Amino acid sequence: MGARTVRRLLSKIGALLLTLFLSSVVIFSAVLLTPGDPVVALAGGVRPTPEMIDAIREQYQLDQPVWVQYLSWVGSVLTGDLGTSFVYKTEVIDLIAPRFGITFLLVIYTLVLIVVFGVGSGILAAVRRGRVEQAVLVGTSLGVAMPTFVVAIVLIWIFGRVLGWFPVYGPGEGLLDNLYHLTLPAVSLAVLYIAYISRITRGAVVAQLSSEHVETARVRGIPPSRIFRRHVFLNASPQLLSVAGTTIASLFAVAAIAEHAFGLGGIGVLLTEAAARKDLPVVQTLSLMLVALFVVLNAMVDVVIAIIDPDSARPRRDA
Amino acid sequence: MSVGQIAAGRVPAISRRAAKRDPLLVAALVTLCAIALVVIAGPLISAFDPNQLYAGPISGGPSLTHPLGTDDLGRDILARVIAGGPASVIGPLVVVALSTTLGSTVALLSAWFGGWVDGILTRVIEVIFAIPGLVLAVLAVSMFGKGLVAPVIALSIAYLPVVSRLVRAGARAELGKPYMAALRIQGVSSTAILFRHLIPALLPTILAQGALGFGYAMLDLAAISFLGLGAPPPSSDWGVMIASGQPSLLNGAPEQSLFPALLVVLTVLSVNIVGARVTVWAEAKSS
Repeated sequence: MGARTVRRLLSKIGALLLTLFLSSVVIFSAVLLTPGDPVVALAGGVRPTPEMIDAIREQYQLDQPVWVQYLSWVGSVLTGDLGTSFVYKTEVIDLIAPRFGITFLLVIYTLVLIVVFGVGSGILAAVRRGRVEQAVLVGTSLGVAMPTFVVAIVLIWIFGRVLGWFPVYGPGEGLLDNLYHLTLPAVSLAVLYIAYISRITRGAVVAQLSSEHVETARVRGIPPSRIFRRHVFLNASPQLLSVAGTTIASLFAVAAIAEHAFGLGGIGVLLTEAAARKDLPVVQTLSLMLVALFVVLNAMVDVVIAIIDPDSARPRRDA
Repeated sequence: MSVGQIAAGRVPAISRRAAKRDPLLVAALVTLCAIALVVIAGPLISAFDPNQLYAGPISGGPSLTHPLGTDDLGRDILARVIAGGPASVIGPLVVVALSTTLGSTVALLSAWFGGWVDGILTRVIEVIFAIPGLVLAVLAVSMFGKGLVAPVIALSIAYLPVVSRLVRAGARAELGKPYMAALRIQGVSSTAILFRHLIPALLPTILAQGALGFGYAMLDLAAISFLGLGAPPPSSDWGVMIASGQPSLLNGAPEQSLFPALLVVLTVLSVNIVGARVTVWAEAKSS
């Protein structure tokens, strides 16, 4: 990487950090925007007891100016002190920690499916024009209209009632059993993304296949498999990587739907349950974690893209 | 003359030609019209009250009296699907209307003024983009309570970035074209350029994005209902119906979940097909 690339990269990461700061302000201000008394909002929309009022006032420094409240909130989250949930009557960290593992495993499983089938079918459609391409295009058109909850209920019906090959409820015990139980949830999450990633892959690979440098390589007699690896896929990968950060971050959010349908007690279910019970502190903490994840992933993606393809740091012509 | 030809003869010539050229588009449009008809006129022809308990057998299969069967409380599924229609369709329409209007306005301001206005607006859009739509909707629910009003507003904001990025890029490209400079030199006023030339030129792009946005909004709102954060019972949209039918799936009565699910998928599929065609048309027009 040259000095110019590093500079561009740093400015991109700086912009991401600014995004993280601004979105943390947005998430923090949810308390202020909630109609009624902030103490009631933080207590979960119920009338708090005098002890709760004191505890909330102290934890969120509500008698201080707003910017002090913000700083103390961000400060505690950054130092790992996620505060107390007054709805669940426990530390927020104790709510998140035991639920995080299953969501993490589910997202990883889903990602593997997306990469194998999404990228795989996209490449296949780009390389094998004709019948295969048509089949993939029809499949992806159907896939982008298949939301997680629809795939989930169809799978639950087919496997829970008709076939019974896979469990349709609960996370199971131990890693292997976990994976067995997570198969249907992961498939239900993956279908929409497989279709989406497949289309992006096909587009990127087709664009590379018809480019001049690939034509030149072909004329020079370089073996097709080598052309594909070195010249087509490597050059198409930045386009795929650029959606990877957003995809993974949003998977952690939509995991809630699969967790809900298949009775997995992950952080997605915690997020929606907390929202239903108006537990603002838990929702805020989880939202901030998701945004932070988005920012960290996108920064990593930018670094990887800069390594693969220094030119991509150049300002885009269409932007 | 074959039966097919006689049947075809009743269809006006123009739609027959359209069907031959693009059967998928025609099928999508027919599906959308049928769904719209059911949503608007459905309550008039519905034989049962959607909330009437034990109108038929518990989790009964399709029959002549109950064409889509009955749910776990013996309510007529067809009547409930029809009754849930407006809530399922109007939400996404509002999201598209709000996000398209706001997003296009932001994009036009960005492209027109450039400089620091563009800088600030782009930063704001970046921030919104960093928060997943579902998370913003969940945050809104925890602030304002259950129901679809808060998620509709949250999604309208969450969809801003996609619209505004697309329209901004289109507007900048259009503003850079020679005819724009020619209009300015001729002394055409800014308002005239904006409303007579720039916005009409961008309209196909905006429309195409609106159609696709409707599909996404319908899926997201149905997901929120499915998660139990939408309208409280007994009023129910398709997402709520899908969730409430989940226990019956394992008892071998999938109708309660499957029929509303099928409707969601058909609607989104049709809207996507129309949106894709409009996109092609918009691209052909702008080049």
